[in-house]
Amino acid sequence: MSEDLKKIVVDGKEIEVPGDLALLQACELAGAEIPRFCYHERLSVAGNCRMCLVEVKGAPKPVASCAQQVRDLRPGPEGQPPVINTSGPLVEKARDGVMEFLLINHPLDCPICDQGGECDLQDQAMAYGRSYTRYEENKRAVDNKYMGPLIKTIMTRCIQCTRCVRFVAEVAGEESIGMVNRGEDAEITTYLEAAVTSELSGNVIDLCPVGALTSKPYAFEARPWELEHTESVDVMDAMGAAITIDSRGAEVMRILPRVNEEINEEWISDKTRYVWDGLLRQRLDRPYVRKDGRLVPVGWAEALDVVAKKLSGPADKIGAIAGDLCDAESMKALKDLLVHLGVQNRDCRQDGSALGGAHRAGWLFNSTFMGIDEAQHLVLVGANPRLEAPVLNARIRKAWLYGDLKVSVIGEAADLTYSYDRLGEGPGDLDRALSGDLLSAVKDSERAMMIVGAGAYAHAGGAAVLNRLGRFAKDANLAREGWNGFNVLHTAAARAGGLDLGFVPGEDGKDTAGILAGAQSGEIETVFLLGADEIDMSALGSAFVIYLGSHGDAGANRADVVLPGAAYTEKSGTYVNSEGRVQQGVRAVFPKGEAREDWAVIRALSGAMGKALPYDDLAALRARMVADHPAFGAMDYAPGPAGAEGFDPSALGAEGDLSGAGFATPVRDFYFTNPIARASRVMAECSAAKARTPQVQAAE
Amino acid sequence: MLEDKDRIFTNLYGRHDPGLEAARQRGAWNGTADILSCGRDWIIDQVKASGLRGRGGAGFPTGLKWSFMPKEVGARPHYLVVNADESEPGTCKDREMMRHDPHLLIEGCLVASFAMQAHACYIYIRGEYVDERLALEKAIAEAYQAGLVGKNACGSGYDFDIYVHHGAGAYICGEETALLESLEGKKGQPRLKPPFPANAGLYGCPTTVNNVESIAVAPTIIRRGAEWFAGIGRERNTGTKVFCISGHVNKPCNVEEAMSIPLKELIETHCGGVRGGWDNLKAVIPGGSSVPLIPKEICDDQIMDFDSLQKVKSGLGTAAVIVMDKSTDVVRAIARISYFYKHESCGQCTPCREGTGWMWRVLERMARGEAEMSEIDTLLDVAGQVEGHTICALGDAAAWPIQGLIRHFRHEIEDRITSYRASKPHVAAAAVAAE
Repeated sequence: MSEDLKKIVVDGKEIEVPGDLALLQACELAGAEIPRFCYHERLSVAGNCRMCLVEVKGAPKPVASCAQQVRDLRPGPEGQPPVINTSGPLVEKARDGVMEFLLINHPLDCPICDQGGECDLQDQAMAYGRSYTRYEENKRAVDNKYMGPLIKTIMTRCIQCTRCVRFVAEVAGEESIGMVNRGEDAEITTYLEAAVTSELSGNVIDLCPVGALTSKPYAFEARPWELEHTESVDVMDAMGAAITIDSRGAEVMRILPRVNEEINEEWISDKTRYVWDGLLRQRLDRPYVRKDGRLVPVGWAEALDVVAKKLSGPADKIGAIAGDLCDAESMKALKDLLVHLGVQNRDCRQDGSALGGAHRAGWLFNSTFMGIDEAQHLVLVGANPRLEAPVLNARIRKAWLYGDLKVSVIGEAADLTYSYDRLGEGPGDLDRALSGDLLSAVKDSERAMMIVGAGAYAHAGGAAVLNRLGRFAKDANLAREGWNGFNVLHTAAARAGGLDLGFVPGEDGKDTAGILAGAQSGEIETVFLLGADEIDMSALGSAFVIYLGSHGDAGANRADVVLPGAAYTEKSGTYVNSEGRVQQGVRAVFPKGEAREDWAVIRALSGAMGKALPYDDLAALRARMVADHPAFGAMDYAPGPAGAEGFDPSALGAEGDLSGAGFATPVRDFYFTNPIARASRVMAECSAAKARTPQVQAAE
Repeated sequence: MLEDKDRIFTNLYGRHDPGLEAARQRGAWNGTADILSCGRDWIIDQVKASGLRGRGGAGFPTGLKWSFMPKEVGARPHYLVVNADESEPGTCKDREMMRHDPHLLIEGCLVASFAMQAHACYIYIRGEYVDERLALEKAIAEAYQAGLVGKNACGSGYDFDIYVHHGAGAYICGEETALLESLEGKKGQPRLKPPFPANAGLYGCPTTVNNVESIAVAPTIIRRGAEWFAGIGRERNTGTKVFCISGHVNKPCNVEEAMSIPLKELIETHCGGVRGGWDNLKAVIPGGSSVPLIPKEICDDQIMDFDSLQKVKSGLGTAAVIVMDKSTDVVRAIARISYFYKHESCGQCTPCREGTGWMWRVLERMARGEAEMSEIDTLLDVAGQVEGHTICALGDAAAWPIQGLIRHFRHEIEDRITSYRASKPHVAAAAVAAE
């Protein structure tokens, strides 16, 4: 809104700012520092902490700078720009007073508080507070509240800023936290002390400016200044949220979000945040070979030798499946090895999805996540973003709440935290739902989106469903220059990368279902599982199974040889998110025990087979990857509509019978979607707490 | 002294029937349709010309407030909300109006709503006012029956509905934006301003919130002419006002009097004087518990209006005059008022939530004398830290009585502390040792 620029004078410095900025933001642009507790860019304005008071010339009282917009300021009598002072006796007295009031009933137990060292109250008390107290009365004590397995409460420390209340109501879409009572008896609590069950609940811990809400699993574990911070990428879902992995020594102590406006803003899901205790449990820290029905620890040489022998057999009797958490490098190395061996039976789609094909836009989230902000109509087909990508769901909710986004759903009637029209539940409803009103509404809408979820593309009749949706996209002109409204929402961090690498069946090769069927019938004798744990292990028949991965989950349990790999915090790996954004994770700690980075294991295996892959280090492997697959060359870039040139959505899938069960998300339990989460005790507690809390049914 | 012919509330004491017929005989609903036919701008101009200032406490010119509403009704409807959450300690004027003269209020609602193009009016009535609600509902039913409100109100062609909403008894819900929150079904907590209610009020629509008295006097002002009303009182402080006199007077009462009446005359004429005579007067809280008290020296020749009371650092507020004679423990009295504000603070913003409790606790000790001399200045400083730093005026309301106390009766607090020490030699010795 450039036409709405206003001139203001902040501390004697004249600047021009947009009229819709809060005074606080304008003052910051002018270089002034404004202390605050309740104000947060991504939440509604409460104006209740009163720490951000500034002096506006002509106003009778100090003004809460978070709550007033620049355009509401009156010019001086002769039209001079409004004058704001962020220092001076009036402001300093106000701040001093507020700081004193905040501290009189605060326990000042910083030495035993987990927030210590990263506490807004502590920092601002140092900057704006006094070194003595005038308060002689008894301090107030407040009972701690139960808020579930993640949020630890020490409510005496609470300063009633209501950030947590606003977060759950606005972003998470649950009215589970609120303030009860009034005056100095006001307390923050959950309704009847029920657990906060939102998938985003952990964010209130970051939002809490004091130590009232802290992390329960992390309680008394570490001090912030002892931790090493590693900026990395999350793999719990296919969003690729920006995270910071905080580690001490060999151990990941906690995971926090980083700001990335294009992906996760500054939120992460509870699974992303709390999966770290799963990194210490059920770990594969040495190679095993099954001898007499039992997995026996062996040395690397022996394990690789066994595997090399097996893989040297006839290529058409070997199959390989890549799992959900794999980095692109390991998939690339494995694919290169398989191609070298002539193995065509390979697949990265454990869920049996029908995605793939000629054009990359056919499996990407082409509107980009930021596109949701400007979308007007959203059609969800077989997707439950709340469970499959909770942070994405918060973005949809934001557009629904503050924009004019209209949502239509074909699929389950789930509580998505926003209202929607449900037009059908399964493939049989597609023809009816996708014609008539919806078609014309989507066609007429300038910014319409369709999100195809795993419930649709991984449906038993997924190819036909995908084909029908593609034809709809074409009819509604969803993919055009400057806007591509055809979107696929993956559930696995590795999937888009795997498809980009072409980790799909080669000529006459078998896909996941084919490999499993082959293993049953004896056609396939050896199966290589690269971190693949979500397939039905009982379907592997008597095949010889090689498992390379980090956790002792379903795959390792079934395996005949276990090769220990690295978890995502222990390797530098490339991941492609749903948008097609190539991002690099960074190693925070070393792999456990004798485990090695997965690509290095495959490289060593190729050496043991005498067919050494042509790269000796990660840089060479990456160079090779970029050379073979140019999409990997553009880091941190989501192609969006630019990548859709020549994309014909109607060519997706294959025409077929539209029938079968209703679309259902594969995420049956949000907290148990991958081997690391299943090894996590915290995730198990969350799942149990959720099961205990009666869920409100969807509005229908 | 106001003559009977100039009184607006002719049934303030309930000596006559509050019903429609009797109200009509007293002049209510007389020519309402004619008033409406004069047009919106004319009505607002009349109210402006009368100099009527809001009767709820702040004294904002009512006509000006009405003129802040958008001139045209856009996509959002306009609302009039009548603030009948009369909770300020000492104030009981709206109660009598709703009990005994409800038709003046209902007629005022119609006239004001018409002037602001509101087709719906909500009367938010205090939780404790059960009889008053019943009286009002009865009167509204009569008005509906007679076609005075509802579709084609008074035959004017204007559709107008009126609703009574019963609050739950929180003082803060008398603050206009907290009242709107409460009316919307939320927790009664004041909103940030701007936006002001005239822009985004009830359900985000343009809304004007007025006190019962401000609305109830409007039809009479228009009937009798703005000049008549403006001719009573003095400039900028015009018209008649219902005073509620309580405390140490011989006959506590509500009385409608001319604005700017001398305080002494008000008390002597209508209340039978101060208990024990004027010289037995100690102090007066002139405008409800939230305004600073004034000692007898000021009371002697103080006149009762907005501007002159502001000059002596107090205020007219709701014109609830609380009289305290020499038997009053004024420190204890203010401590009790302080407890009230601590109890009624909504807890939303920091200075009020934390400050009211602190001030009350200190005052409680001071009332017993268990305090240090230096704490008097600390208390004054804390009150200054609360005042003007909060979202709504409750912070100010909590600070002002304390500031008034220290301004005028500091010596009493000091005496209290000294005598407490004298009665406890070990305390006195400790204090000396500490110095």
